[in-house]
Amino acid sequence: MSLNIIVLAKQVPDTRNVGKDAMKEDGTINRAALPAIFNPEDLNALEQALRLKDANPGSTVTMLTMGLPRAAEVVREGIFRGADTGIVLTDRALGGADTLATSYSLAQAVKKIGNYDIVLCGRQAIDGDTAQVGPQIAEKLGIPQVTYAEEILDLKDGKVTVKRRLESGVETVKAPLPCVVTVNGSAAECRPRNAKRVMQYKYAVSPSEMAKLSDEQKALVEKRPGLKLQEWSAAFVEADPQQIGMAGSPTKVKAIENVVFTAKECLSIGNEDDQIECLIKDLIANHTIG
Amino acid sequence: MANFYNDNPALKLHLQHPLMNKIVSLKERDFADAEKFDYAPVNFADAMDNYERVLEIVGELCGTTIADNAEGVDHEGPKVENGRVTYACGTQQNLDACRKAGLMGMSMPRRFGGLNFPITPYIMAADIVSRADTGFENLWGLQDCAETLYEFGSEDQRERFIPRVCQGETMSMDLTEPDAGSDLQSVMLKATEQPDGTWRLNGVKRFITNGDADIHLVLARSEDGTKDGRGLSMFIYDKRQGGVDVRRIENKMGIKGSPTCELVYKNAKAELCGSRRLGLIKYVMALMNGARLGIAAQSVGVSEIAFREADAYARDRKQFGKAIIEFPAVREILSNMKAKLDASRCLLYETARYVDLYKAYEDIARERSLTADERKEMKLYNKLADACTPLAKGLTSEYCNQNAYDCIQIHGGSGFMKDYACERVYRDARITSIYEGTTQLQVVAAIRHVMTGTYAQLVEGYQQLPVAPALEAQKAQLDEMFAKYQQAVEAVKAVNEPEYTDFMARHLVEMAGDCVMGYLLVTDASRNLDSEDATVKAAAEELLRSAKVYVNLGQANVARNAAFVASVAPADMTSYNV
Repeated sequence: MSLNIIVLAKQVPDTRNVGKDAMKEDGTINRAALPAIFNPEDLNALEQALRLKDANPGSTVTMLTMGLPRAAEVVREGIFRGADTGIVLTDRALGGADTLATSYSLAQAVKKIGNYDIVLCGRQAIDGDTAQVGPQIAEKLGIPQVTYAEEILDLKDGKVTVKRRLESGVETVKAPLPCVVTVNGSAAECRPRNAKRVMQYKYAVSPSEMAKLSDEQKALVEKRPGLKLQEWSAAFVEADPQQIGMAGSPTKVKAIENVVFTAKECLSIGNEDDQIECLIKDLIANHTIG
Repeated sequence: MANFYNDNPALKLHLQHPLMNKIVSLKERDFADAEKFDYAPVNFADAMDNYERVLEIVGELCGTTIADNAEGVDHEGPKVENGRVTYACGTQQNLDACRKAGLMGMSMPRRFGGLNFPITPYIMAADIVSRADTGFENLWGLQDCAETLYEFGSEDQRERFIPRVCQGETMSMDLTEPDAGSDLQSVMLKATEQPDGTWRLNGVKRFITNGDADIHLVLARSEDGTKDGRGLSMFIYDKRQGGVDVRRIENKMGIKGSPTCELVYKNAKAELCGSRRLGLIKYVMALMNGARLGIAAQSVGVSEIAFREADAYARDRKQFGKAIIEFPAVREILSNMKAKLDASRCLLYETARYVDLYKAYEDIARERSLTADERKEMKLYNKLADACTPLAKGLTSEYCNQNAYDCIQIHGGSGFMKDYACERVYRDARITSIYEGTTQLQVVAAIRHVMTGTYAQLVEGYQQLPVAPALEAQKAQLDEMFAKYQQAVEAVKAVNEPEYTDFMARHLVEMAGDCVMGYLLVTDASRNLDSEDATVKAAAEELLRSAKVYVNLGQANVARNAAFVASVAPADMTSYNV
């Protein structure tokens, strides 16, 4: 059966390669110093989507991202690796959204795409690390969710079987379609960009990028199929202005601190049982373990 | 995330050589494919951007998956069971990744599913792959065989086989036999024609890289009763037909991930490729030339990893209270390694460009007859490619062995242990100066161009190119080196004895190489020192340093070789009768 697959992806600052200048003096992220990348676990989600597409000929994979207009880069990256098309949900009104407003906005966009079988996204994004957006989207769409997915084992008869990676081991669950699956970083790595697709889709642009092209490039975008990415506004996805952006975000940031971990005094523990027991109790008491 | 293209500015410098404009325009037939294929470039800038983007994919794959797998592949190696080869698990992952990335059949025309890349960016990919895993470069690089299939196969054969290669099926070139190594004229594998026009192959092949490939090019004796190269033809064997089993795989010193197979042909069904009797004298020669360029690329990749491993260790390792790179003796080794690496790379891409140009003309000649000017150019580039290929294969492979040796030396005792990558590099390097024609055979091919003056012609061309003020002293040194080279050549010519020429050949070829690579370093650096592209400019500055180091090294080598030629007279050759 052919599937209509949606992959949610976020463009994030590359917090894995944090240098000294990663934060500004006021404690906010210095985006200029951090390259913008495809959120790593969203790449894991994309791979699962592409495997479903491989196994179910005729399926389509649609990238959906919310962010600045330049988030079109994420859509192109997805297409380079095998996605069919993509949408950038971008609007000044969407700015400053917390996870609640973000999931509402994305859920509206998913509804607008419509007729989907499965929505895949990374477990969490490396800039916020909340892991809330995927599950909240499922709630807002009123469909089941499977979190911490490591592998989609099977999809047939309107059900998907998923192996989940949990702290204590693995669990295999079955869910009816449509559903949301959030994919763990332990899942298979995403396949590389494909040479032909890169050459073919490097000119794929959103309307706001189109404006910056030369006439020759514009003509090419018009002529060759698949080079027009969509850009959707809040109004287009019929989002309630009160539920998006700052207005729709109950989370208020009080302060951001630049915390530098430094080694403090050290504690020597002997290897006698009672001393180790004390250590364990301390660690449990301060929630380091347990 | 490591990217072996982006972290190596020299690659971009070589990719952006001024001759690329001509190469791309010939290869793309003035961009005619843009109307037919959505991934075909529309102009030169677009094509160059494509090459770079694809090399970035290669660089990323190599910097991550392939490099990460190299150690495991070296340990695990391939296996043979029931006549079939199973690759090491890392090798299989690498191949799958290359297929998904669409990096197979890179130089093949688009109508067969290829990327229609010129040889130069394709060879650059080979350079990058070899740095990540030298043995894997063999498997991936055997897509070269498709080039021969394209050149000499019928349209029907091209249509049936080349798309499969572009989809990721692997190839092999089945040439060597137990009694036919360097001397391929002695090949005995028997080909018998059937009434239906197909052929049956019977016999044994040995040392066949990737011998369980999907599609084989096989050299076999089609003319009963013949004993020399003129009785040999080239065949295509498709594994789907069956009839060829892998009897064993060799336990090798290096490139352990690449299965080297002994093959038994039992009435294996095959089809003739091209004309009878031209198998060795035309097709395999073409195949080997392509493969030699591939080994030169592989050698450059080995030099690269050897230098990088040594450099990193020398910066990290502290003795007597400081990093060992602080010691002049260590610095000199490292600088020489870098100079040999950069010199090898200059020669590699110079060769690749000449191959590109003559092959592009050759291909155009399949569609229409060339103009007189085009024919003249094709002849010239063909000659330059023929001269540069053995020089590049011979000398870059020797340099990579030297670099691998020095890499271990920099590591000291640790380098002798299995704990560092350098011992693998050392083992992997060793084959490069042996297969696809030993260095001694490259010298045999190159000495012709010493005697006929092709290298002198190249150098005289380089002497006309602009030189940066910072390198004028090196230019003067090179002019002196070249004069010494020419004196030595004249002295050997004056004797006019083939045995004496053969005896001196290695010395003369090395001198030619020192001059050619020296001038290339100087001119490649000079041309790019003021580049507006920061990456290229940085690469040019590195080349400038290497040019200085290399010319010092070359000057000493030329003097040594000149002294040898001057001091050993024909009569003295008897001392060498061991």
